[in-house]
Formats: sequence, C-alpha cells, structure tokens
Amino acid sequence: MQRHARIFLLGLAVLAAASLPALAQQTLKAAKDRGHLLCGVSQGLPGFSNPDGKGDWSGLDVDFCKAVAAAALGGADKVKFLPLSGKERFTALQSGEVDILSRNTTWTLSRDTALGLNFAGVIYYDGQGFMVRRKLGVKSARELDGATACANAGTTTELNVADFFRSRGMKYKLVTFEKSDDAFAAYVKGRCDVYTTDQSGLYAQRVRLDDPDEHLILPEIISKEPLGPAVRHGDDGWFEIVKWTLFALINAEELGITAANAQQQRTESQNPEVRRLLGSEGDTGKSLGLDADWALRAIQAAGNYGELFERNLGAGSPLKIARNVNALWSKGGILYAPPVR
Amino acid sequence: MARPAARRVGLARIDRFRAVAVQGLVLAGVIALAAWFVGNTLDNLAQRGIASGFGFLGSTAGFSIIVHLIDYSELSSYGRAFVVGLLNTLLVSAAGIVLASLLGLLVGVARLSDNWLVARLATVYVETFRNLPLLLQIFFWYFAVLSAMPQPRQSHSLFGLIFLNNRGLYVPKPLVTADLWLVAAALAGGIILAACAWRWRRRRGGTARWEGAAALALAFGPAAAVAALAGPVTGWAVPALRGFSFEGGMVLIPEFVGLVLGLSFYTGAYIAENVRSGILAVDKGQREAAQALGLSRGRTLRHVILPQAMRVIVPPLTSHYLGLTKNSSLAAAIGYPDLVSVFAGTVLNQTGQAVEVIAITMAVYLAISLAIAGAMNLYNRRVVRIGESR
Repeated sequence: MQRHARIFLLGLAVLAAASLPALAQQTLKAAKDRGHLLCGVSQGLPGFSNPDGKGDWSGLDVDFCKAVAAAALGGADKVKFLPLSGKERFTALQSGEVDILSRNTTWTLSRDTALGLNFAGVIYYDGQGFMVRRKLGVKSARELDGATACANAGTTTELNVADFFRSRGMKYKLVTFEKSDDAFAAYVKGRCDVYTTDQSGLYAQRVRLDDPDEHLILPEIISKEPLGPAVRHGDDGWFEIVKWTLFALINAEELGITAANAQQQRTESQNPEVRRLLGSEGDTGKSLGLDADWALRAIQAAGNYGELFERNLGAGSPLKIARNVNALWSKGGILYAPPVR
Repeated sequence: MARPAARRVGLARIDRFRAVAVQGLVLAGVIALAAWFVGNTLDNLAQRGIASGFGFLGSTAGFSIIVHLIDYSELSSYGRAFVVGLLNTLLVSAAGIVLASLLGLLVGVARLSDNWLVARLATVYVETFRNLPLLLQIFFWYFAVLSAMPQPRQSHSLFGLIFLNNRGLYVPKPLVTADLWLVAAALAGGIILAACAWRWRRRRGGTARWEGAAALALAFGPAAAVAALAGPVTGWAVPALRGFSFEGGMVLIPEFVGLVLGLSFYTGAYIAENVRSGILAVDKGQREAAQALGLSRGRTLRHVILPQAMRVIVPPLTSHYLGLTKNSSLAAAIGYPDLVSVFAGTVLNQTGQAVEVIAITMAVYLAISLAIAGAMNLYNRRVVRIGESR
C-alpha cells in the first residue's frame, strides 16, 4: 500500500509541478522568498552526504550546497537537505522539489539532455569498482565470470556492470535494491559475491563494516563517473551561480585562499586574481546577479576545494581517499577551473 | 385534477433537464481540466527540454534482469523489460494469493477449534502478523531466508540433483526440443477439460473411482501426447557448482521466496479473520443438523458450513487479493524485479520519462486489479447461488 501510494503521489507531484507556469529564471528569487535553498542529497553515504544522530548533514555534496547557499542567499545555514533515492532524484529536480541536486550523481549525455538537467561541473572524478570477500581469492575483476553482484537500482552502476561483463563475454547475475544500504546488507549476508558501486562509495561502505579487512576493493575501475551538482533546464542564471560557486572553490585552492585566511586575503592580497575572486576588485558578482562578496562567503562557509576534500574524503576523514585525479591540474590531477575575470 | 398533473409533468421535465445540464457541465469541466493538465504538462516538458512520448519503449534497455519468464537480455527493448516486470509481478501475486488463501483457511478454521492450544496459536499468529508493518515483515523473511541458507559451496543437496543455498533453490530443468509453451498450453487445456467433465459428471451424481482416473488421464494426456509427438525430453540440465555459484537448471531466488512469504503471512492473517467471520455467520442449527445426521466433523465443515460461509467470505476476500497484488510492489525494497522495480524504477531512471512510465504503471495496476475484482465477482455470483439453493 505504502509503495503504491508513493508512486501515485510521485505521479501527482510530477503532474502538478509540470502544470505550474514555467519556472524560468525564478529559482534564485523563489529561494530568497522562501529564505532557504532546497538541496537534494543521498539517503546516507559517508563522505558525500550523511546525516548524524541529530539529523545534521555532512559531506562533500552537503558542504557544496552550503557554499551555494552562502554565495546566493548570504548564509551557509540557509539550506535544507532532502534525502532522495536513486530513483526519485531526477523527478524531484525536474518538478522543482529541490533547487539543486548535489547527490553523487554521474554526468552523462542522456541526463544532460533528455532528462532536462544541466550539470554545473565535476566535484569528484569517480569510477565504478568492485568489492569482494578476501576469502574468495579473487584478485582482479576479470576473474568474476559467473559471479552474482549486488547494486543500487536506478543508477549508471547497473548499466556499467552489464557493459563490463557483456563486452568480455562473462556471465553474471545482478540483484538490484532500491536503497544502497539494503544492497550492501544483502552483500554482507552473502547473497552476492560482489558489491559494486562508485569506488568512493565502496570505501565509504567498507568503513562501516565490523571487519573491513576481510573485504577487498578490486583494482579495476570499469567506468568514468564524473560526479557533479545538477540543476534543471530553463534557468540559466541559477545554473551560472551554481557552476561558478564550484569554480570559485577550485580556484580558491589554486590561489591559496582558505576559509581561515579569506577575509585577510581580501584586504591584504596584491594578487589581482585573488582580488577579483574575493570582490575587492572588479564586479564579478553583478554579472551573476549577486553582490561582490559571493565568493568570499562561499569560501568562508565551506573552505576551498582542497579543504572540502580533506575534511570529508581525505586524510581528515575515516575514508582516507587519496586525491589522485581529483588533485589540481598543477599538482598532477585534472581539476581545472576557468578563470574569474 | 388535470392541471396539477400537467404541472407535475412539467416540473419533472424541468428537473430532468436541470439534472442533465448539471451533469453535462460537470463532465465538461472535468474534461477541460484534464485537457489543461495534459496540455500544460506537455508544454512544460517541451520548454525544459525533457523528452516525452512513448518512443522510448522501443529503445535498447542495456541492463539485465535477474529473473525473466520470457527471453530477455541487455539488448532487449524497454518494452520487453516492461513485460518481464509485469510477468514477475503476476507470478509473485499469484503465488502469494494461493498461499495466503490456504494459510487463511487453515488458521481461520483453527481459531474456532475446540483444542485450546490450536485456537490460541492461531490467535497469536493473526494478532502478530496483522499488526506489524508489511515492509518490516518482508525484510524479516528476506534476511531470515538469507541467513538460514548456506553459501553455495556448502549447499544442502538432495540426491545431487536439487540444491539449496543462499542464492536460491536449484532444480534440474528438462531439455526439450519442442516448444515448452505448446506443452504448457496442452496441459492447461487438458486440466480445464478434465475439470469441466468432472463437474458435469458430478452434477449427474456419479463420480466413481474409475472416473477419477479418467479425469486425470484427460488432464495430463494431451500434454504428454504433445511432448511425445513434438520432441521428447532429450536430457536434463542438472545444476552444478561452477566457479562462484550453481549453473544450469531452474532457480527460485531468495527475493521471490522472501516476498511471497511476507505477502502471504500478512494477508493470510486478514483472510483467517475473514474465514472465521464467515463460519460464525452460518446458523448454529446447520452444524447441529449435520451432526444429527451423523456427518463427521470434517464433512460437516466441507459440505455444510464452508459452502454457506463462502457467501460472507468472498466479498472481503476480493479486497485482500487486491491488496496483496498491490503490496507486491514492495518488491523493490528487497531486489525482486517486479513491475515497479524494473519499470517504474530502472526504466524510469534511465529514460527520465516519469510521466509516461508512471502513467503506464498505474494503468497496469488498475487493469490487474479490475481483472481480479471481475473474476472474484463472477465467483461470488456462483457462491451466492449455491448458498441459496441449499
């Protein structure tokens, strides 16, 4: 009954939302009138978006929404988080239930076009991997012929697994669950030989186990999963604000601006790039429809990209993920933001 | 006298006109509202560049489905994935309905038993399963089933042919050259034929033992003949442990078992109460009369009480069957690929066409529910007739 009612409500919501007058160029104004931003996040994925016992959210995706709220609405606390399942997320964004989808979502062609989304950039370069029990003795994904895999439904994961096994002529069985936690629980109970999701997700789930050392993350990455925040089509102004907030955080790392020193840099720095970004020179805010301090507030709220990463995924977190490709372009990674000018 | 009568006729005509006019206006309003909804939705979808229409049903799906009653691969279309999901829903609902009905009948009768222990146990069952959320029960059964079963390499085995482990129940599969559908159709036809013949004979009052044998032959004969003529069984695919798990043979996955158990234990509790109320509704004199005639308890129940109780049992039973079918959509939670999980889940997500997918899904559930309700209403008509004729 419950599920049925939910489908029905979802259908109604789609109809109702789609029947309202077009929301073009209205997202920022609506958020201001409302007093807070609506940010769609995951149902709980350590490192990206995860609620604690008191219902406070933390993670990379969460911090990014706080940065957007600080830039656009003037306060990092002016944001409400809505946990969405893999299945619900796009409908929620399309129908206006959330202003921004910051939910470890892979940027793909069909999502960018047919689903009516705009991806504001890449916040984390991920790739799909496999986790197995050590006692199986498997060392490589190529040894998985005939294996049963558990995965989250309604994700690119399902398609990647199909592509990977099919292209190698290997057999497999895939059991898909609506919540990734249930998929993982089934793997832990022994229903599947393999648990598969984005590699960051594998690390995040593994730290929750009682016996993390019994499980091995295979070296192969079978797909490109550029994860990024998305907004809906039809509001270019809002798209630009989200996009440039992300660029501002990446540029801040490159320029050595941190949450702690941003205020000081704003007044003291002689570097024109720093001065433009922090609003002491030029008027970047105006072209975005914001005030001059937008980037300063975003950086003060969340820190620069490097701080964001270390706190949520890197050395400062239980996940201990290395920067690798997610380092700046100048430090051997592929993170590269267009200039602010 | 003539004038008031004429006036009354005139008034009636005005009343009727007014009624028709009001209904017409409401109908026009509803249609206009619906048209506005549809038009506006299409406008908005187009404006935001979201794809619409039903063309996606022909595109390649690209994902796999763990159980499929018809041929399906990653290269099949979304339309075929829809049919796979629909058949899985029908399968799990049918299995749930049969099991819930048996369970309900058994427990319903047991609750009225003179045996204190049996009656109390039945009460405990009803009060427990009726009062816990269904989703919780499904999770319980699923993880209970998973935990109770060994890993594939430690499978329970029966004669080396049937294997049970946490990947499912594996049984050998016959390898036939003939189309299995043909055999299945012959079997179904045979059973229907036999049932009709049996009823016809019973109405004439004769069901001798040899006639039972004849009916069995009639039921299975055609299927055997078709199988023998079109191509005999050339061998059996026996499941065998290869690599990670068993291959070959047919498999019943734990998701299916967990879901069917959850649905039937939950709905069974409601049906049990339903059966009990039906039995209690039969006049006490009926039982006493049957016993006075020397009928045994079992025969009293079967031939006197239940046929009359059915009149009270069937109408609410229809609702329980509908509920069970709709509740089967909880499958998505434990990874059983039913219609909601496959179509309103994965397909919706890959295509993003929420409006179309949800509309189709709703229409399908409506159609299934109406079909069940229709069938039960037909059955109810028969039951009522039997009850009256007694």
